[in-house]
Amino acid sequence: MATITKTKKAGLPVGNEAGLGSRVFDTLNVIVLVGLAAITVLPLLYVLAGSFAGEAEISSRPFFLWPEKFVTESYEYIFATPTFLRALLTTVVVTAVGVVVQVLLTFTMAYPLAKRYLPGRTLVLNLVIFTMVFSGGMIPTYLVVRDLGLLDSYWALILPLAINPFYLIIVKSFFQELPQALEEAARIDGCNEMGVFFKIVLPLSKPIIATFSLFYAVGIWNDYMSPLLYINDPGKWTLQILVRQLTSTDAANALAQMDRTWVPPEQGLKFAVVVIATLPILLFYPFLQKHFAKGVLLGGVKE
Amino acid sequence: MATHLAAPPGKAAPEESGRGAAKVPLRTAVGRYRWLYLMLVPGVAYFVIFKYLPMYGLTIAFQDFLPFLGYSGSPWVGLKHFEELFAGPDFGRLMFNTLLLALLHIVFVFPAPIVVALLLNEVRVSFLKRSVQSLIYIPHFLSWTIVASLTYVLFAADFGVLAGWMRDLLGDTSKIDYMAQEEWFRPLIILQQLWKQTGWGTIIYLAALAGVDPNLYEAARMDGAGRFRQLWHVTLPAIRPTVVVMAILASGNLLDSGFEQIWLMTTSLNRSVADVFDTYVYYAGITQGAISYSTAVGLFKGVAGVILIFGSNWLAKRLGQRGLF
Repeated sequence: MATITKTKKAGLPVGNEAGLGSRVFDTLNVIVLVGLAAITVLPLLYVLAGSFAGEAEISSRPFFLWPEKFVTESYEYIFATPTFLRALLTTVVVTAVGVVVQVLLTFTMAYPLAKRYLPGRTLVLNLVIFTMVFSGGMIPTYLVVRDLGLLDSYWALILPLAINPFYLIIVKSFFQELPQALEEAARIDGCNEMGVFFKIVLPLSKPIIATFSLFYAVGIWNDYMSPLLYINDPGKWTLQILVRQLTSTDAANALAQMDRTWVPPEQGLKFAVVVIATLPILLFYPFLQKHFAKGVLLGGVKE
Repeated sequence: MATHLAAPPGKAAPEESGRGAAKVPLRTAVGRYRWLYLMLVPGVAYFVIFKYLPMYGLTIAFQDFLPFLGYSGSPWVGLKHFEELFAGPDFGRLMFNTLLLALLHIVFVFPAPIVVALLLNEVRVSFLKRSVQSLIYIPHFLSWTIVASLTYVLFAADFGVLAGWMRDLLGDTSKIDYMAQEEWFRPLIILQQLWKQTGWGTIIYLAALAGVDPNLYEAARMDGAGRFRQLWHVTLPAIRPTVVVMAILASGNLLDSGFEQIWLMTTSLNRSVADVFDTYVYYAGITQGAISYSTAVGLFKGVAGVILIFGSNWLAKRLGQRGLF
């Protein structure tokens, strides 16, 4: 975002127009924007605080960002529950494997498509773009997954989403911007295209790989529809399904199916589950933020 | 694209001195670029298997599909399932619910990022601007299950904070179950979308705003334009193309109510207002097993979406904008 800020500074003059209306607007504007940021963040902080509060505090205090009495029983319960641990592990592994598959497939496909001299490239590109406008939809896709024998398999959470056409086009545009001279030098040194790709191009693409790894990771981690469609075995639930089971439906019912008899404070547990399903993604966010804005902007540029 | 194709092949690929892409026979091309083609194989396989096979699978919308007879063996029934859909009791309700949510989306959700981007653009303290931006991006990274859970936590009749505030505000002592009441379904859906998407949506508009030529502001100021006149005559015209492109893209999704969000917010009590095409396909196809019928519903939705996207593109061009295609 740094570039934007810089350009804007040059674009909007400071000091030149200190009219009263202008100053009132500035003040109101800041208030509105800070308010927006607060609306965004406060619910999350409340849930975080609530996950460490006792049941009595949650039901008696209307809103708080710091628990009066710090309790961890919700977390203790969750981390002692096999169903939950299994779901957490499943989601972590599926996300990790999925991101590797997705990034590898997306980047290897984008590279040849970035070569303007490659015969047939336009045909492939058009076929990809067509899938962005029209698709077979839920049921025919479900049947394909079923016919491949992927129902109740973790691969069903990865393979049908392996390449996001939007991301593919963005990565392709990125490859087209890379300096050709480097690749030529490598080729003169005896590299074939594959070697150029793995030894020269991918190392140059680290920031964009980081960006799309995050995007893909968010996609798989947050995916609720695929496990809902393709996973019937409760032993293979992912976090998002569990969150749904615990927070939105009759929680007591869901808990009864879990492995322990002790039923903990209900609301606190819901809060804690939300925190655990959210935190991993948000932990990565600050590290990758400077990259992803660039990634999105690339996507906004029409080819 | 056009410029790339028109460029002399020699220039596009200097390493292919002389001949380049100039009409090489297919076999020569495959030989020369075998590594590149090899790299394409997994990706193309993905699109064939998971995108184009399902499109072929759409044929079952015109069949009474029986899994053991397969795509080729199931009996053809023509438009039976479409007639069933259009004549059936659900169609009017589905259409109304879907279109109303789409309309509310256009009115409230689509303009929100534009407004916020314009406001952010006016902030001169770059620390403040960057902080606000970073914070309002966050909800984009949360799943719909989390958003639905947050909604539940905040609006729950017995302990929800917002439910309590609403109660105080309206002077009402009764506990309203927001998740169950039909009249609260649409406001909650729109609120969720605003909360989750607005910040992220500003990125693209901020980029467009950053691209505005500073000289234009300079010139406007010379002509005596204050900040609001500058906004009206310089900033807004400058982002109009971006708005048009985003609008065309959004129009293709008009009938896409967003399966996850709607499904997660649907309860047995708000069904009559919550059912949209997306969730209906799942309900009819997966839970009820009406495979051919729900495929027909999905196909109807898909075709309507394509018509909408091309229609709005055509309209944009008629109105003198650039359009997508």
